Amino acid sequence: MIRKNLSLSLPLLLAAALAAPASAGPAQDRLLESLRAEAGQAEPGFTGFSAERGRALYLGPHAGGQPDMPACAACHTPDPGRVGQHVKTGREIEPMAVRINPARFTDPAQVEKRFSRDCPNVLGRACTAREKGDIIQFLSSP
Amino acid sequence: MRFLPMPLLCLLLLTLAVAAPVRADGPDRVAPVSDPLVRKECGECHMAFQPGLLPAGSWRRIMQTLSDHFGDRATLPPDQVALITAYLTANAGEGDPALSRITEQGWWRHEHRKRWTDWLRAEGSVKAKARSDCAACHRDAERGLYEDD
Repeated sequence: MIRKNLSLSLPLLLAAALAAPASAGPAQDRLLESLRAEAGQAEPGFTGFSAERGRALYLGPHAGGQPDMPACAACHTPDPGRVGQHVKTGREIEPMAVRINPARFTDPAQVEKRFSRDCPNVLGRACTAREKGDIIQFLSSP
Repeated sequence: MRFLPMPLLCLLLLTLAVAAPVRADGPDRVAPVSDPLVRKECGECHMAFQPGLLPAGSWRRIMQTLSDHFGDRATLPPDQVALITAYLTANAGEGDPALSRITEQGWWRHEHRKRWTDWLRAEGSVKAKARSDCAACHRDAERGLYEDD
């Protein structure tokens, strides 16, 4: 019985693992899933998040926000696996990369709060659902 | 007064002269932030400043203007704003409620009058990114201890 189930599900699991973009854990996956639904509604041509686009967004530089905050990297450093430092206050910021800091992107309210502040600070506007997903995809990549 | 010997009178006047400026001094110790919500929400981008470092009027204005928090956007849900405001004002200290920055308060400027010019002179040794980075010099600032000057 067990062997039969295994032989059936193993190819399925393998296919799922190959198809799904690499990410860190169930909490991050749930968050990406809800952002995916939101992005699909907002953009008819939306096909999925991209870690590469997220990386470009993270590194910037952007205009429109605060002059000393031209990118996420301004405070979080270009390497999201490292400890960041707030450019104005000097406050240390724990790493953003999920592989180093698994607690990142596990609390949707916290994530939404940070995006609602940091996007205006960096871009001078709110982020779209696709941009949020791209950034989380990038920061969740192994 | 006529019974007071001259040396004693001098001592009395000297004591008064020394004691008077104490009003302008800042606190060496303030109660640390005990509320977990305040510790978390006010401590993400800077040290969670102790409520005793500002008067209630300053805290109230800061909490009413979080969308432009000294140039940064620091908005919070209304229920959290209410809880944090209540904690900060209930435990507030003294000072000029017209001033929002701790570093603008008279006692702060008085306490740092000498140190600040030292910092400007010894630019290479300045560790603090901003004046508000208390812990750069006061190692136990987070615990409300500022007596290490």
